[in-house]
Formats: sequence, C-alpha cells, structure tokens
Amino acid sequence: MSNGILTLVYDIPAMDMISAGEASSNVKKKLKQLGVNPLIVKKVSISMYEAEMNAVIHANGGSATVNIGTDEIVIIIEDRGPGIENIDLAMKEGYSTASDEVRQMGFGAGMGLPNIKKNSDSLNIESEIGKGTRLEIAIKFTS
Amino acid sequence: MTTYYHSVTLDDSKCKGCTNCIKKCPTEAIRVRKGKARITNERCIDCGECIRVCPYHAKKAITDKMEALGGYQYKIALPAPTLYGQFPSRYDRKAILGALKAQGFDEVFEVARGAEIVTEAVKKILMKRDCPKPLISSACPAVVRFIQVRFPALIDNLVKIDSPMEVSAMLARKRAAEQTGIRKDDIGVFFISPCAAKATSVKTSYERYSSNVNGVLSMADIYLGIVRDMESKKYDKVLIQAGIEGLRWAGSGGESLSLQAESYLSVDGIHNVAKILEDIENEKLGDIEFVEALSCTGGCLGGPLTVENGFVAAARLRKHLEQSRYMERAEKRMDYSEVDLVWQKKIEHKPVLKLDENLQEALRKMGELESINDKLPGLDCGACGAPSCRALAEDIVRGKSHETDCIFKLREKVRDLAIQMMELEGKMPPVMDDSSNGEEDLKK
Ligand SMILES: Nc1ncnc2c1ncn2[C@@H]1O[C@H](COP(=O)(O)OP(=O)(O)OP(=O)(O)O)[C@@H](O)[C@H]1O
Ligand code: SF4
Ligand code: SF4
Ligand SMILES: [Mg+2]
Repeated sequence: MSNGILTLVYDIPAMDMISAGEASSNVKKKLKQLGVNPLIVKKVSISMYEAEMNAVIHANGGSATVNIGTDEIVIIIEDRGPGIENIDLAMKEGYSTASDEVRQMGFGAGMGLPNIKKNSDSLNIESEIGKGTRLEIAIKFTS
Repeated sequence: MTTYYHSVTLDDSKCKGCTNCIKKCPTEAIRVRKGKARITNERCIDCGECIRVCPYHAKKAITDKMEALGGYQYKIALPAPTLYGQFPSRYDRKAILGALKAQGFDEVFEVARGAEIVTEAVKKILMKRDCPKPLISSACPAVVRFIQVRFPALIDNLVKIDSPMEVSAMLARKRAAEQTGIRKDDIGVFFISPCAAKATSVKTSYERYSSNVNGVLSMADIYLGIVRDMESKKYDKVLIQAGIEGLRWAGSGGESLSLQAESYLSVDGIHNVAKILEDIENEKLGDIEFVEALSCTGGCLGGPLTVENGFVAAARLRKHLEQSRYMERAEKRMDYSEVDLVWQKKIEHKPVLKLDENLQEALRKMGELESINDKLPGLDCGACGAPSCRALAEDIVRGKSHETDCIFKLREKVRDLAIQMMELEGKMPPVMDDSSNGEEDLKK
C-alpha cells in the first residue's frame, strides 16, 4: 500500500440498533472530506455498512480497522462471534440464518455478503467456528 | 476564485457575535470572528436556518426592492402559493390576487400553475423504466445545493426539470408578449418569494444560463400593501389559474400528493433532510419511488421570508385548497406538454468540504485533524467561534485558526507559562538574589 496511510479504529457494539452503522457512516464522512470520488465513497459505505451490520447482528459486535492510503482503502471487520460454517454458502444471494426477530428489523435478506463482493475489489473472509470471523475488504480509488 | 453570490447575509451592526447561529448551519458555513458572524459563501446553501435562529435579526436575505419594478414597461407578479396562507381566512384567492396586482403590476401569474405543469412532467419521468430510485424532488433549491455540497452521489437522483417559478416566468412573459405586443425585454417578471434560496437561484442559477425571473420580492415586504388594499377595496376580477395540484406544493407533502406516486416519502426541515439523504446514499430507501425534501419546517409555508407562522399558514392554505375545487378559473386548461422543461446546465458537485486538492496532503491533514481533535476538550462550547471542537480542529489544519482560539487550551498555555515564569524567577542570578544564604553568612 502507498504511503500517507491513515488508520481509523472503531468499536462495533453488539445488538445496539441505535448506534449500529455509525462506524461506516463516520468513514463515509471522512472520505468525502478527503475528496474521494463520490462513486467510490458509495461503494465503501455500502460494503462497510453490510460488514458492520453482520458483526452487530450475527456476532455480538466486534471492531473495525480502516486503513486509508492514496490509492486504496482496506477495511478489516473482526468479531469473536460464532463463526461462519460454510463461507461459500454464506456468499450465496438469499442465504441467511437470521432469526425472525432480526428479519422483523429489515435484515436477513441474505444480500449483505454478496453486496460486499459486488462493491469491492477484493474480499477475504477468514472464519473459525466458535472463535470468530475476520473480513478484509479492499476498494481501489482509481477507476 | 470569483465570489459566489447568494442571498443570505449578515447585518454587521446588529450581530452581537453570540454564536447562536453557528451550530444551526447544516454545512458549518458560519464562524464568529472578532465578535461578528462570518458566512463562508461557497458553503452556504441559503436554507435560512440562521435567519430563523438569530435573536437580534442580524441575518437577512437580500431581495429586490419594489423600486425594481420601475425599469420595465409591463410588470408581472408571480406569487408563490405560500402567499395564500399569509392572510386571515376571510380573504379568498380572488381578493389576494387582485390586491397583489394592485401593488404596481399589470398582471399576475400563479406559480401554482407552473407547479401543475411541472407535476405532469415529473409524472412522465417516474414512468420511465430507467428512472433512478428514489427520484428526489428539486423543488427546494436549498436541498439541491445541500446535495451538491454534501451528497454528490445523489445528484443523479434529482429531478432535472425547471422549477415552477422558472416555468411560470417563462410562460407569463411569452403570453404577455403575445397579447400586448410589448418586447420581451421590456416585460419585468417578479417572483413573490417566501424563500431566500430562490432569490439566489435567480441571481446565480445552477440549472440555467440565466433565470427567466427579473427580480425577487420578499413576501414579507409586499404583505402590508396587500392587506391594506384588501381591507379597503373589492377585487372581483377572476385571476385564478391554478387548482389544488399546484396550490398544495406550498406545504410539505403537497408535491407528492399531486404526483400520485405509488410510494413516496416527504421530509421537511434541513436537519431531517440530512438524515434521509444519508439513508438514500446508503441505499436503504430503494423501495421508495419519490422523495420530496424541503429545507424549511412545514415546507415553503415555513419559509424564512413569510410573515405568518408556518403552522397557522398551513391551516389557512387548507381552506384555499378546499375552495379551489369549485373556484372559477380565468384560464381554461391549456396543454403545455410541448414546453421544454429540461435543465440547461449539468449541475455539479461542489467539493467545498474537501481538506485538500491532493489526496496525500488531505490524508496528512486528516491525521493531524484527528490528533488535534483528540486534545480538544470536546465540549463544543462555541467560544472559539467554531460550531464544534471538531470544526475548530478542521479550521486549524486549514490554517484558519489556532489551537489557542480554544479558551481551555489558552488557559492551559497560560498556566504552563505561569509555571515557567515561577521557575525562572527562582533562578535569579546570584548577584541579584538577596535571599542567598551565602551573603548572609559573609555578613556575620
Ligand atoms: N460476522 C458473522 N458471524 C457469523 N455469521 C455470519 C457473519 N456474517 C455473515 N454470517 C452468516 O452468513 C449469512 C449471510 O450473510 P449476509 O450478510 O449475506 O446475509 P444476512 O446478514 O443474513 O442478511 P442481510 O445482510 O441481507 O440483512 C448470515 O445469515 C449468517 O449466517
Ligand atoms: S443560510 Fe443556511 S447554509 Fe447559509 S449560513 Fe445560514 S444556516 Fe448556513
Ligand atoms: S422549503 Fe421552500 S421556502 Fe424553504 S428553502 Fe426550500 S424552497 Fe425555499
Ligand atoms: Mg448481512
């Protein structure tokens, strides 16, 4: 990654629907202030929002570490939740294990992970059952 | 950079530097410097929030004066539908329009009529398959500018159709020229405005090369003249052109109702609008077809240049809406489907919030901003003249302020200095130090 890196760290609280989404919305604000292309800002905020919400809903919260360089942004979302059993399956559009309660809040369409994939230049998921999940999302500033 | 003209300004002599306005501004455009509020023109969207909140009435909107009518052979008044809500219910629209005309005009053309034409054009856009979702109304110029400054990704979602004011001005001038034979340039078209943002649109248009409107008169300025004439005279001539579809644009939700969109959302008050735009940007409102966003609480009825309280005005307008169902119209339904209403200019992102042109440099400034912000007290007290500690940190990295503008930081510095002075004082050179034990010893 290029020099001039700025690192931002956020705590993602568990099942707190009032402050859920704050980290991605804060990053969005900063990217605008940095003058990043609006279309890229949109990709970043959508991807990060989905990952953040997954940590809130499926994994009792976690943390976000965002590294901004001059040519890309890398977002790492980590949690100590239940882990994902079958990543390939989880990546399928429409696959969701969300509870009825969560569905009532408007989540659980099974579109989060596919959306992240669609909006990012690279997505790397590491997950271990009972230990947690780590998503690394990279989005380039050019194009 | 050429200075950007806009309507909202400060009356220096009235401003006490109280900092009431700085926190209300949705684009953080105001700072207090040397005891007076200063507006950064490029950031101001003319929402009028600062006009409403200033206890000393030091913020005002620049509009044209009645004398401006003098420059034209034929004068047309263009009342915004908000006007009808300003007067007690005993006055009907016939009386209001008649008295308005008597203020020195040759003709009136209701902007509500223009709103009906715009409604039809927007209905057509909504029917197109490639229509962005949600489509965002461009009826409120403050919201359009807000999007240009803070939500550039949503420019694509805006309705790119002339405003009811522009459409009305264009048609009124055309019609008058045809009927009277007077040259178009000798016809003066004046918008009777509840709104500062519209005054700016006429002087510095974002969508047209030049506005069809020649001047903007504040509703508050013309109000008394109308009341006086309605009291003393009878106005029977039917000047009414518009029906309910146009009239209800004055209030929040009116445009949406007229559009009969399948699913719509209407939001008013600029800080509420910010939240909804944020949601649209995060693609949370894809199930909504149309979003009507108005900067003022209650819509234009709550505009900064109105006289009556917005909620009272809304009640009064309701009466006019009911009456409009059976009121006789001066003009039979005309077909305006051929008029070209598409915006002439492409509207652009105004990146005034950007820290630096160069990303590397912007990143460095952002890092510095964060570390300065961490050291500020976080009380957002406003004593430094900035709306928040974070805004001060931003001003510092932009080179516009100093850390010691923060009174807490200043106190810290003074205390440090005091300690240093105490220490220095203790280090007096021995020749001057009368408390030195050595000397005492020698005397003995
Ligand atoms: N951080 C995580 N920890 C544990 N399981 C996860 C995590 N993220 C995703 N999953 C699993 O992967 C599934 C698919 O996730 P995805 O984000 O695509 O859909 P969703 O969250 O269920 O619904 P939507 O994102 O549309 O609201 C989830 O239902 C869940 O079973
Ligand atoms: S009119 Fe609105 S944007 Fe302009 S300075 Fe006042 S509050 Fe800020
Ligand atoms: S809501 Fe109406 S009066 Fe208020 S700024 Fe927007 S257009 Fe002007
Ligand atoms: Mg999800």
